Amino acid sequence: MVTNVTNLSRSGLYDWMAQRVSAVVLAAYVLFLLGYLICNPGLTFADWHGLFSQSWMRIFSLLTLVSLSVHAWVGMWTISTDYLTPMALGKSATVVRFLFQAVCGLVMFVIFVWGVQILWGN
Amino acid sequence: MNIAVNSKRPVNLDLRTIKLPVTAYTSILHRISGVILFVAIAGLLWMLDTSLTSESGFEQIKSCLQNPLAKLVIWGILSALLYHLIAGVRHLVMDAGIGEGLESGKLGSQVVIVVSAIVIVLLGVWIW
Repeated sequence: MVTNVTNLSRSGLYDWMAQRVSAVVLAAYVLFLLGYLICNPGLTFADWHGLFSQSWMRIFSLLTLVSLSVHAWVGMWTISTDYLTPMALGKSATVVRFLFQAVCGLVMFVIFVWGVQILWGN
Repeated sequence: MNIAVNSKRPVNLDLRTIKLPVTAYTSILHRISGVILFVAIAGLLWMLDTSLTSESGFEQIKSCLQNPLAKLVIWGILSALLYHLIAGVRHLVMDAGIGEGLESGKLGSQVVIVVSAIVIVLLGVWIW
């Protein structure tokens, strides 16, 4: 039995919705950035730096960074509670799963802060 | 849990011996691509950071992407990304109540595989 004490919102329905809403933001950002790169084959540093200097791009990027953190956490949490179970790992499952989730959470936090630094530090 | 009640119930959860339907393959691929992306985020952020820091960093990333091995890695990561995105769109469509049945679900999975294959090939053409 795997309890849901570690999930994002203590509510499966809220996590489900957060996963969907963040997914739409991520999809929009990916399609935008891919479209931008495809439409600008001879991209220069000035263009690229200019794009990420725009306020709307920074807002869009920060929104994506928040969505990425939420989305990745819910996804990795779901995977860890599905596969790192007592059935698969025996008695140590709870410890292994908790450590795995802690590492995922830490990684996402580092990624988030690093991302903010990239957006406002350059 | 009361083990005595169901102790004689046959249990087979060995995935290698179960014939999986197409929907199971698209589902597990969605998860695998998600984990690949989770691992790849750091690399993509490093590329973004370097490319925005300076002109020379930008050129460094640009020349790095000319390397055939780098192209292959980027193709792999972007393939995982686009597969994850397309399979995700199917989830949203199913959340709207479309394609949830046995047959329509199978069809949805097949559409995901075909569309992804086309997009991934086009992506390869763009990268090379």
